[in-house]
Amino acid sequence: MNTGKRPVAAYVDRQASTPPGGRLESVHRAMMAYRVYRWFALIGDKFGISGQTLVIAIPFIWLLLFFLAPFLIVLKISFAEPLTAIPPYSQLWQWDGETLAIHLNLYNYIFLGEDDLYWRAYLSSIRIAGISALLTLLVGYPLAYAMARAPASWRPTLVMLVILPFWTSFLIRVYAWIGILKPEGLLNLLLSWLGLIDQPLTILNTNTAVYIGIVYSYLPFMVLPLYANLEKMDLSLLEAAADLGCRPIKAFWLVTVPLSVPGIIGGLLLVFIPAVGEFVIPDLLGGSETLMIGKTLWSEFFNNRDWPLSSAVTVILLGILLVPIVYFQRQQAKAAERA
Amino acid sequence: MTARATEPTKKKKWAPWSDPEAEPFIRLVDVSKRFGDFLAVDNISLDIYRSEFFALLGPSGCGKTTLLRMLAGFEKPTSGRIEIDGVDMADVPPYERPVNMMFQSYALFPHMTVEQNIAFGLRQDRVPRDEIARRVREMLDLVQLGPLAKRKPHQLSGGQRQRVALARSLVKRPKMLLLDEPLGALDKKLREKTQFELVNIQEETGITFVIVTHDQEEAMTVSCRIAVMNQGRVVQAATPTEVYEFPNSRYVAEFIGDVNIFEGRVTESGADHAVIGAPEADCRFRIDHGISANVEATVWLALRPEKMVIGKTPPEDPTVNCISGVVWDIGYLGNLSIFHVRLDSGKTVTSIRTNRSRETELDITWEDRVYLTWAPGAVAVLMT
Repeated sequence: MNTGKRPVAAYVDRQASTPPGGRLESVHRAMMAYRVYRWFALIGDKFGISGQTLVIAIPFIWLLLFFLAPFLIVLKISFAEPLTAIPPYSQLWQWDGETLAIHLNLYNYIFLGEDDLYWRAYLSSIRIAGISALLTLLVGYPLAYAMARAPASWRPTLVMLVILPFWTSFLIRVYAWIGILKPEGLLNLLLSWLGLIDQPLTILNTNTAVYIGIVYSYLPFMVLPLYANLEKMDLSLLEAAADLGCRPIKAFWLVTVPLSVPGIIGGLLLVFIPAVGEFVIPDLLGGSETLMIGKTLWSEFFNNRDWPLSSAVTVILLGILLVPIVYFQRQQAKAAERA
Repeated sequence: MTARATEPTKKKKWAPWSDPEAEPFIRLVDVSKRFGDFLAVDNISLDIYRSEFFALLGPSGCGKTTLLRMLAGFEKPTSGRIEIDGVDMADVPPYERPVNMMFQSYALFPHMTVEQNIAFGLRQDRVPRDEIARRVREMLDLVQLGPLAKRKPHQLSGGQRQRVALARSLVKRPKMLLLDEPLGALDKKLREKTQFELVNIQEETGITFVIVTHDQEEAMTVSCRIAVMNQGRVVQAATPTEVYEFPNSRYVAEFIGDVNIFEGRVTESGADHAVIGAPEADCRFRIDHGISANVEATVWLALRPEKMVIGKTPPEDPTVNCISGVVWDIGYLGNLSIFHVRLDSGKTVTSIRTNRSRETELDITWEDRVYLTWAPGAVAVLMT
């Protein structure tokens, strides 16, 4: 006789045994304390969306609202024409009640390709950011290494000292370098007092000053991932290397450095990516020969008020930076897989 | 039987430690190591002989690992001297010592394959490429890891990692191999199997092995001699049988295996016999050999559970060593039965009996009055 009922003991009702939050039940329950989340949970429940999905969705919604949406607006503007109006660009589509007219203006991109100023600015930015990232690695690695091998009780203080400059405005710190690097600045005073030079060195308003500025400003971004990596390294590996006849310096190159590659890559990218678009440092410390895309973008946007062209510059810049970011992500995924 | 007895024994017992002529291979002289206020190793002197499998056994914190690390060169003795093959090791850094170590954590290089891990030591010595390949292959065969040569350590099981670590530390053919709790991470079955493999490898290679362990069964299984350590000192260094049957102190007797200890007072002390009264056991222990303690001295009597015979009737001969009590608890292990017998003094004694016959029920049960007897030579008389 088939009553249409489910057999009772044949299987366990999954719906009943799985809490609404799934594996993220505890997060889900904590979030339920917030009214907005409760609304979402209530609506989600109507559409069969579990708490687990909702918890995972939050960062995605965040990215959607504050990254993807602004980016799409920039992308839209990059296909517009500059106008002397408010806003200073043409509309992408027009609807007159019958026809939808879409004007895709590709001129901005064509112009970027034709005018070699932009390509030179992109290449120069990548070069300056790349060299700066390598210089930061050279300075940051010994620093991170010393921190990671310092007595455990000192380490939190040392990390604090690395982070400390962030408490002062970035702009003020870069400004301070003008005082140090200018012809009658502290550095030249010191060098001439030591008798090393008799003519003041011209550092300010050159690429060298830009390198100094970037290395100084972005050092913590290099040191912190390297420190995190070096600190968790198993020191018995170095003992094993020594035990097998390897001198300490060689062990550093054969064991420590290869194992810190994820930290090195992380640090390089964290310095390289923001440095490519850097505007303040080349503007304050760089000279007329310092060509960086951030500066070009600034003058395009604020001096020429050409929003569409500057948007196109931004879109291309993002495209260029996506390559190392994706590479970094894949490295991270690989490292996570290994662990 | 008789034929063999008349024949001179061909197999000479290998025991260089009892030969005063033998030259020790490793010599520790008054070695101490202090970490701040903590004395980790307290004035140890030890001789270890060539091709010996030597175990340092003790509870955690007894200084055994520190001693091993001093042999490897990772720690410098605060005082004293360490000689390996006649060379003072005081100023020899770890990377120049003729010893290799197998680490407790294995310390395999995670960024290298099994092959590269094993080849690492040979590369440091600039061994020719084809010889490296040959010796690595030999080692992979020895530890039966040939098919896994290209894997990285994180792709191996615990037992396989342990073999890689062993191969890596053996490939340089060190004068001495140090093993720091080498089997600690393996499960019981695999550990027992690997213990015998270690012994076989040690016998094949002839390398002197020094193993650190807190597992007394492991130490007994693998080693020629055991140094039982406590609080930075070596309490007794002897063969497994000596350590078990002739412990020199209550500490050793209790650390190795199970034991019943009675406090006793010497009532008779002859050249070939002694009698010791033990009020706790309500018994006069008759010993069939002379002891170094005088009459009235306090001594301790160590009696292993398996040395006693348990029975429900008192022995007919009144001179047989015997104590009596009531069965308090029984542990049936299949091969053995453990009896906890409460003596009239209130002290509980453990006795073990091999289950020789197949029975559904044991003949001795709870609350039974039982008599425990043993041979006059079964008791170890301890002064400390």
